[in-house]
Amino acid sequence: MANHSEAAFEQQPMWAGGRSPFNVSYGKLMMWIFLLSDAFTFSSLLVQYGAQRFSNVVTPVTTKWPDPASIFNHFPGLHGIHLPLLFVSVMTFILILSSVTMVLAVEAGHRKAKKEVARYMIYTILGGIAFLSCQAWEWATFIHEGARLNHNFFGITEQGYKHLHSVKFGQHFEWAAGDRTFGPVPFAALFFIVTGFHGFHVFSGVVINVIVYIMTRRGVFERRGHYEMIEKAGLYWHFVDLVWVFVFTFFYLI
Amino acid sequence: MSTAALHAEHEGHHHHKESFISKYVFSMDHKMISKQFLITGIIMGIIGMGMSLLFRLQLAWPDEQFGILEMLLGKWAVDGKLDPNFYMGLVTIHGTIMVFYVLTAGLSGTFSNLLIPLQVGARDMASPFLNMLSYWFFFLSSVVLLVSVGVETGPASAGWTVYPPLSALEKAMPGSGLGMTLWLVAIVLFIVSALLGGINYISTVLNMRTKGMSMNRMPLTIWAFFFTAVLGLLSFPVLLGAGLFLIFDRSFGTSFYLSDIYLEGVGALENIGGSPVLYQHLFWFLGHPEVYIILMPALGITSEVISTNARKPIFGYTAMVISLMGISFLSFIVWGHHMFITGMNPFLGSVFMILTLIIAVPSAVKVFNYLTTLWKGNLRFTPAMLFSIGLVSFFISGGVTGIWLGNAAIDIQLHDSYFVVAHFHLVMGSSAIFGMFAGIYHWFPRMYGRMLNNVLGYFHFWITFICAYLVFFPMHFMGLAGVPRRYYMFTLVKDFDVWMDVNKLITIAAIIGGAAQLLFLYNFFYSIFRGKKSEQNPWQSNSLEWSAPVKHIHGNWPGEIPTVYRGPYEYSRPDREEDFFPQYIPDEGQETGTGAPSKTPAPEHKEVAEENAGHSVFFAAIRRVFGLS
Repeated sequence: MANHSEAAFEQQPMWAGGRSPFNVSYGKLMMWIFLLSDAFTFSSLLVQYGAQRFSNVVTPVTTKWPDPASIFNHFPGLHGIHLPLLFVSVMTFILILSSVTMVLAVEAGHRKAKKEVARYMIYTILGGIAFLSCQAWEWATFIHEGARLNHNFFGITEQGYKHLHSVKFGQHFEWAAGDRTFGPVPFAALFFIVTGFHGFHVFSGVVINVIVYIMTRRGVFERRGHYEMIEKAGLYWHFVDLVWVFVFTFFYLI
Repeated sequence: MSTAALHAEHEGHHHHKESFISKYVFSMDHKMISKQFLITGIIMGIIGMGMSLLFRLQLAWPDEQFGILEMLLGKWAVDGKLDPNFYMGLVTIHGTIMVFYVLTAGLSGTFSNLLIPLQVGARDMASPFLNMLSYWFFFLSSVVLLVSVGVETGPASAGWTVYPPLSALEKAMPGSGLGMTLWLVAIVLFIVSALLGGINYISTVLNMRTKGMSMNRMPLTIWAFFFTAVLGLLSFPVLLGAGLFLIFDRSFGTSFYLSDIYLEGVGALENIGGSPVLYQHLFWFLGHPEVYIILMPALGITSEVISTNARKPIFGYTAMVISLMGISFLSFIVWGHHMFITGMNPFLGSVFMILTLIIAVPSAVKVFNYLTTLWKGNLRFTPAMLFSIGLVSFFISGGVTGIWLGNAAIDIQLHDSYFVVAHFHLVMGSSAIFGMFAGIYHWFPRMYGRMLNNVLGYFHFWITFICAYLVFFPMHFMGLAGVPRRYYMFTLVKDFDVWMDVNKLITIAAIIGGAAQLLFLYNFFYSIFRGKKSEQNPWQSNSLEWSAPVKHIHGNWPGEIPTVYRGPYEYSRPDREEDFFPQYIPDEGQETGTGAPSKTPAPEHKEVAEENAGHSVFFAAIRRVFGLS
């Protein structure tokens, strides 16, 4: 089969055998299939989040699901200032930017421009590391505020609600005594498990990207004649990005 | 990338020197990996069956003292009486081993690995390396599970479904301790193995088919393995998610699956607010597709074996594929029928009930197609054929009770009774294991180049078949009378005491059936070394795997991979002298595989192709059945 020219090969009917019906190598196909499976893993986590959250919808304000905007309102270096969701927006922006640089790396790979591939891979890796660092800071702050796996002190009382809503974006804000109370238990645990599981994926992605970067620099793909590995790493990276969009929506926005 | 380069690269790594380690241990050859899966599966099967014999002894003679038990189990059977905690452990590990290690990995792992590359005409799996990893994760998982049986507090004892709180609270019962943790570790390793395997199977089937092997020319085995892999790929991750949360509940103080538990008005736990039913939902989202992960490979094997040995085209090829597809799809949306008594919303219950009953349709299509394939066939009763017919029998008798249990109103009565035990042991236990035996008898020549002894095979089949019915059929009546499953002894309850004779009958049949497996083991291991040498194509089968040389070579075929010219079930064609027409033999006047890529082959035989596809064959067969044509 190796004798056939590529053109003759691709003239064959798509599903008749002897060729890939999607015109992709097995490796890329495997990555897609793996991502499909991984999507189910994340779905199962998010479904559990939904189930736990909706089973905690009851009338007293105190047992309401905590309002993320009242908790994730910190920014490094700006202590005590009410900046709801600003930091996580920056995180998200960084991750999406790293996806853009990944696209540029793949595009450079198509042109077989080794130097450009390496440059954009570096940007992508830096973006990933920046995201992970932000997440570490966010976790640390959250834990410092009192987040634990087995209880939740982020429930808000009526008084707390009034207090929170009287504060505008960018104003100084600190919880007063009696503002907060115990809320639904799984809140922080779900946050840690799901964002942690996503963070683990980002970490794996960074490791993969570093490996691919080293391979690029050592000319492995140049000798191989194609930069498909960049595409496979890119698929994974974009998937991790896409999952973050869902995690971000579920844990921060609603 | 250039596909030609890809293939050149692929051929490149088939010519390297092999040491003992790379050939037999860390082998990347799919044929060797399939043997590894088979042998591991057989060993796990022996262990799992041995455990069932131990607790059957307890159920039949609860007051008797068996010295041998103390010898075997030590402190778990003081004075020869099985410890109640260990009884629970045995039941749990028996279920886990049989469901995951024998009938998932042992069955699908063995035959997907052996047959996918050989039957679609590929040199190996898409990624031999991941394939090797898949086996070794499975091996590691088996070791961890077996080790968990030996820990001081005993193995996991919450049943194979490991429902919380028994699985989530370390102090709930002895088996909830280290044994449960190891169970979870074993299952996580198993999931990794299943995912690596599944990704490989799917991409091999899609991407690596040889020239002419279009999707509708694939043997039904391949279709079955394909859908099985899809099911595993989409359902195992959900168990992974459930397991992750369970591990947090066990070890890190969260309470996802633990609600408030009060003892005498005092909160017994610090955990509040969770829901054990959530775990059940997630578990059965895997658990129900898992049933079909077990069953579908066996059904695929049966299609192939029955068609080959009836010397007839399989009846309704397309209907078979569509019914596999239908079963796969439906299996994802019926998990709630395991949970009718959990307090689920009755409306949801009726939705799950209707969907469950719909599964009877594709299942019945398959059964009728098997029967009509056998109808007026030129039957050859090889042991593989007998086991396949046995599968059809179990599939019917176990499937019919599935319709009972799918009914919420009846299930509420029968839930957790021996009726359920009878149902699933027939429809997925015995069926699938018979499919596995059929596969082993049929493809043993392909695996080892030698034949199994037929006479031993017949004895093995008849004893196993009769004993399986003797064991599981009476359980229906016990269940209807309300005898609950998973009980340690029934002599203390007067109403259940009347079933002791039946319990003894079941145990005796189980022991005889178990002993019959020794025939198989002897036959299997003897024939590997001393069996009669196999011919190239001992069953005169059409599919591609019999065109490869008997002696295994790396890359499966010397020279070029054969081209495929027609579907796999063209038996007894009137225009042929022989009663089979292999896929790889070109029609007269058709150009052979070398040179330029062939056009889509075999347009000349349009009528045969049509007979093999779609409804025309259905009506043709109805006409034939009623003697109208």
